[in-house]
Amino acid sequence: MVLIRRFEERTEEQYTRARIGGYCHLAIGEEAATVGAVDPLGDHDYLFASYRDHGTALAVGSDPGAVMAELFGKAAGVAGGYGGSMHLLDVERRFLGGWGIVGGQLPIAAGAALALDYTGSDGAVLCQFGDGATNTGAFHEALNLAAVWNLPIIFQITNNLYGMGTSVAMASGETELWKRAAAYEMHGERVDGNDVLAVHEATTRLLTMARRDRRPSLLETCTYRWRGHSVADAGKVYRSADEIAEWRTRDPIARFEHQAIEAGTLDVGDVSELRREVDATVTEAIKFAAAAATPTVANLYDNVYGDPGTAAQFARMDTAGPFGERRETRGWRT
Amino acid sequence: MADVTYREALRLALDEELARDPNVFLMGEEIGRFEGSYKVTAGLWKKWGPKRVRETPISEEGFVGAGVGAAMLGLRPVVEIMTVNFILVAMDMVVNHAAKVSQMFGGKVKVPMVIRTPGGAGAQLTAQHSQSLEVFFAHTPGLKVVSPASPADAYGLLKSAIRDDDPVLFMENLVLYNLTGPLDTTAGDGAIPIGVAKVVREGGDITIVSHSYTVRRCLTVADRLAQSGIEAEVIDLRSLRPLDVDTVIESVRKTSRCLVAEEGWATFGISAEIAARVHRACFDDLDAPVERVGSAEVPMPYAKSLELAAMPLEEKIEAAARGLLAECGVL
Repeated sequence: MVLIRRFEERTEEQYTRARIGGYCHLAIGEEAATVGAVDPLGDHDYLFASYRDHGTALAVGSDPGAVMAELFGKAAGVAGGYGGSMHLLDVERRFLGGWGIVGGQLPIAAGAALALDYTGSDGAVLCQFGDGATNTGAFHEALNLAAVWNLPIIFQITNNLYGMGTSVAMASGETELWKRAAAYEMHGERVDGNDVLAVHEATTRLLTMARRDRRPSLLETCTYRWRGHSVADAGKVYRSADEIAEWRTRDPIARFEHQAIEAGTLDVGDVSELRREVDATVTEAIKFAAAAATPTVANLYDNVYGDPGTAAQFARMDTAGPFGERRETRGWRT
Repeated sequence: MADVTYREALRLALDEELARDPNVFLMGEEIGRFEGSYKVTAGLWKKWGPKRVRETPISEEGFVGAGVGAAMLGLRPVVEIMTVNFILVAMDMVVNHAAKVSQMFGGKVKVPMVIRTPGGAGAQLTAQHSQSLEVFFAHTPGLKVVSPASPADAYGLLKSAIRDDDPVLFMENLVLYNLTGPLDTTAGDGAIPIGVAKVVREGGDITIVSHSYTVRRCLTVADRLAQSGIEAEVIDLRSLRPLDVDTVIESVRKTSRCLVAEEGWATFGISAEIAARVHRACFDDLDAPVERVGSAEVPMPYAKSLELAAMPLEEKIEAAARGLLAECGVL
């Protein structure tokens, strides 16, 4: 959580220095909802996320340098500089992506759960998305499919109270979003998303339910994003300063720090040491990203198709094609 | 070599691919107990069971997306959309997701998925059930689009599509399902490579390019032209993305005349793309600009008289061919 917080603070700073382009959605304030849910995942479990995915990538254990390099648009990035902030992934850790269309990853995550079921795997899928996604058709179709097919999946709503600037109250007929599970005879529950231990406990329990009982579930983790929707949004015109200030008093990191020190699992020295280490890690990640090479233009057409036979197929499309295509044929991998 | 229907050829390819690779499975509305809205999957649910032939609710966005996710984990889903008209509610999954995964994630994950779906008009199905929308997908990098016109091509291209590591839109045609043609299942496994057009009739006077059911119409037109002493070369594109321009160019360089016919709307259509390519590559070879025929640019009306008037039937294609030949001083 400390790593995510620091990474995001420095990401914001790097964005203002124009070293990061495009959209950039920060997860500051939502660390517990992310970490508490990702941490219980096992070796056979898969993870999907929305475009607010920096924290997810770090929580799953992706190298912070490779994540920052992706934000910088470098070839050493987790997606080779083709994906950017919204499309992080880590196939080795079974994190199959940050996805950019609100709600779009839900049916895909259901399909991953279908594949686990099909192959007899004992794994499950955790699919994270925001409150805004619960009003899309994809949300309802995915939940229904998961229920009808008994898929091993947890749908996790990271409810930060706003889809861009539209509040849950303005957007949803039922503002207790977990209750929507009932429409699919699915287990639903709501936990304090700023309490990492509560999220951890709930996710662990729901993972067992998914893996062992083949029962999907809907987990609502209530939290708050301290920053705007993206770096381009100050986040102040659609919510009050008082509201933001109040939520900042519920800082998930300070809360866990307090819990851990009370319990004697950490002392103040440990916390300071951790913060120093995290600072160094993030600084190192930025240095790595800044020094990394940009993708070469010769690779512009890489990976548009993944089939080895594609180059031969497309070679016959070359004749008199538009300029881009002629380049394309030469650049395709064989 | 037995004659089979286009439908039977598709079913045979599905059956053989289900047998060949345990990761292949079918998914779609009514494809199981109901045996498919157009009976392509008849018997397969009974033979392979509900795991390999998965019936879905009416949730195109949901199950096309589930196909993407299953493919990302290494399965090879063959998703049936009852007709292409219904794919519009799943466009986000096809264009924004399936087509993007490979490149957007730096080549680290693939989507080996096939979406089979029929298009076409002619049965008074009216505006919302009579469209030919393949151009939407042919426009999109990351997708492949094939559109076989014969049973043998349906069989061979479906096998290749299933084995391909990229998302493939497999465009069928409602009228084609009952049409028959030879299918030789004795020579190899019959897979036909994606991206190769086929000269289905040779001739030296005019090149007629088309795909899917329109190829059959063009062959009829070629026979009629032959009665006037005109030998038309008919090219079946078979694949729209990748598009085999080479075969078209080679033919036009020989005939100097080119007509493109399609069942979709010609504006921004397949014929627009072919015309642009031919004009660029064969500018000095052409006796006249490329001519095009498509559906009337209206939503398909119900009344039979109006439907027939809207469709690019043989008479329209023939008139366009004769007009082009007249423009060139032939006929």
